[in-house]
Amino acid sequence: MNAPIELQPDETFILNVGPQHPATHGVLRVKMEMNGEYIVEAETVIGYIHRMHEKMGEVKTYPQYLMNLSRMDYLGALGYSHGHVLLVEKASGIEVPERAEYIRAIMVELNRVSSHLFWFGAFVMDLGGFSPLMYALQDREHILDMLEAVTGSRLTYCYFRFGGVYNDVDDEFISSARRFIPRMRKSLKKYHKLVTGNVIFRKRLEGIAPVSQEMCRKYGASSAVARGSGINFDVRKNEPYSVYPEFDFDVPVFHECDSLARYNVRMEEIEQSLRIIEQGLDKLPDGPIMPKKKPKIIKPPAGDYYQAVETARGSFGIRLVSDGGKIPYRLKLRSPTYSNMHLFDEACRGMMIMDALAFMGSLDLVIPEIDR
Amino acid sequence: MICEQTKLALQKLFPPPEPQEDILEETDEEQDKKVAKKPRPNGLVERDYAVHGYHLDAQLDPNQLLEAVTILDEAEFFIESITGVDWIKDDQLEVVYDFARYDFDLCRVVIRTRVDRKEPAVPTITKIYDGANWHERETHEFFGIKFEGHPHLIPLLLPEDADFHPLLKDFKA
Repeated sequence: MNAPIELQPDETFILNVGPQHPATHGVLRVKMEMNGEYIVEAETVIGYIHRMHEKMGEVKTYPQYLMNLSRMDYLGALGYSHGHVLLVEKASGIEVPERAEYIRAIMVELNRVSSHLFWFGAFVMDLGGFSPLMYALQDREHILDMLEAVTGSRLTYCYFRFGGVYNDVDDEFISSARRFIPRMRKSLKKYHKLVTGNVIFRKRLEGIAPVSQEMCRKYGASSAVARGSGINFDVRKNEPYSVYPEFDFDVPVFHECDSLARYNVRMEEIEQSLRIIEQGLDKLPDGPIMPKKKPKIIKPPAGDYYQAVETARGSFGIRLVSDGGKIPYRLKLRSPTYSNMHLFDEACRGMMIMDALAFMGSLDLVIPEIDR
Repeated sequence: MICEQTKLALQKLFPPPEPQEDILEETDEEQDKKVAKKPRPNGLVERDYAVHGYHLDAQLDPNQLLEAVTILDEAEFFIESITGVDWIKDDQLEVVYDFARYDFDLCRVVIRTRVDRKEPAVPTITKIYDGANWHERETHEFFGIKFEGHPHLIPLLLPEDADFHPLLKDFKA
């Protein structure tokens, strides 16, 4: 798709996209060396909202750190908390009641749908269509209301506890979630009619910004970036955790490697998340939401532990080095968008700037999650 | 399957005699206790995936690093992350490399190497994995570990003039 051009280095100029640019969805700067409309070289500059969550992990006790995880990714916060609680439970051998694990999975999937909805709206807005965002936010509002009623917050949830969740779901939540599923399915049809088939939309994405499988591997890309390039990789399937093996769902994989493939993956993922929520509500067992026996002070035995989970943005990894104390010795957060964004520099060479912005949108960036 | 192959390939990096077999026979708990007391000797350990979340754990000399990473690259592992740990009591810094796989042949490999705390330096792996670039820059600014041969070793997340290393245990804000 990229027209062959002869690059003459002496005619290039530097263009700064960001740090305050609407297309970057946050404080991110890309320094681009341009030859007319074409990118010769790009350098991504991150760190504008770096808050050093990893150092905070070394001064706070385990329960105190619970709220930090949701401040990493403000759109899909629960997925990150899930990784954290699973890691600490694994390290200190805390049993989780089945009901709590199901509630967690339902909540994480609801959060994933809300995150994808926001991405969908923002992505189409990047490409010049404003109204899909309004439709998407309307559906997202339903999820946020549901989550607010149970967790107490709309974005930065602190809902999971070591051993379970802090509040049980009520009948109102369940009936609301049941109402949401057909509503969302109907909306998805509407979105496909409104956006997916649109000629302008397709022309902006089809064949644009190819990311090869080899590039994915060298950079450690995950989520829709890998799955849009034909890599069947989803931590929920590849490395089953929690109650995900109990659910029947598919991992959408597209082989076109372009921006449209990444779009298709996420749209299909919404449907798959709905399937998980549906099954979760059907199977939701009765019982306690916190274990009967749980250590008062959480002190995982000395050692090195790792847990990977599939968040809305990809494979999130969290490593804990414990020295047996009340405070982690070292806590490393491996954020998925960090790796996805990293390949932007190489992939956007020779691309037109408008295509590069569409590519950036298709990566689903949440900057606080890159910067941590 | 791939775990066995990788294990055999990585084992070739370590001299075959006694110490290694000892390590393999030890259980995790014994090993962990040992780690708490004194730095662990170089070698390959198989970890219990259900407890630790990874399968193979290799600690090696910095000059064996490129060889080990090449083995993983040829076996089509993808790079998960690079980070450091400050073992101030041992006067050492540890660099930890995480690798995982895209296929369903589940195998997570951790490569670690320890360097002296006063002049920490390891070779860069950016020539093998392009995606190591940011991870190494991050580890460099947080721990002061120098990645020799890195093309662009400037601060990534910290301010561009930052001359401190916040994740060192003796760092005072």
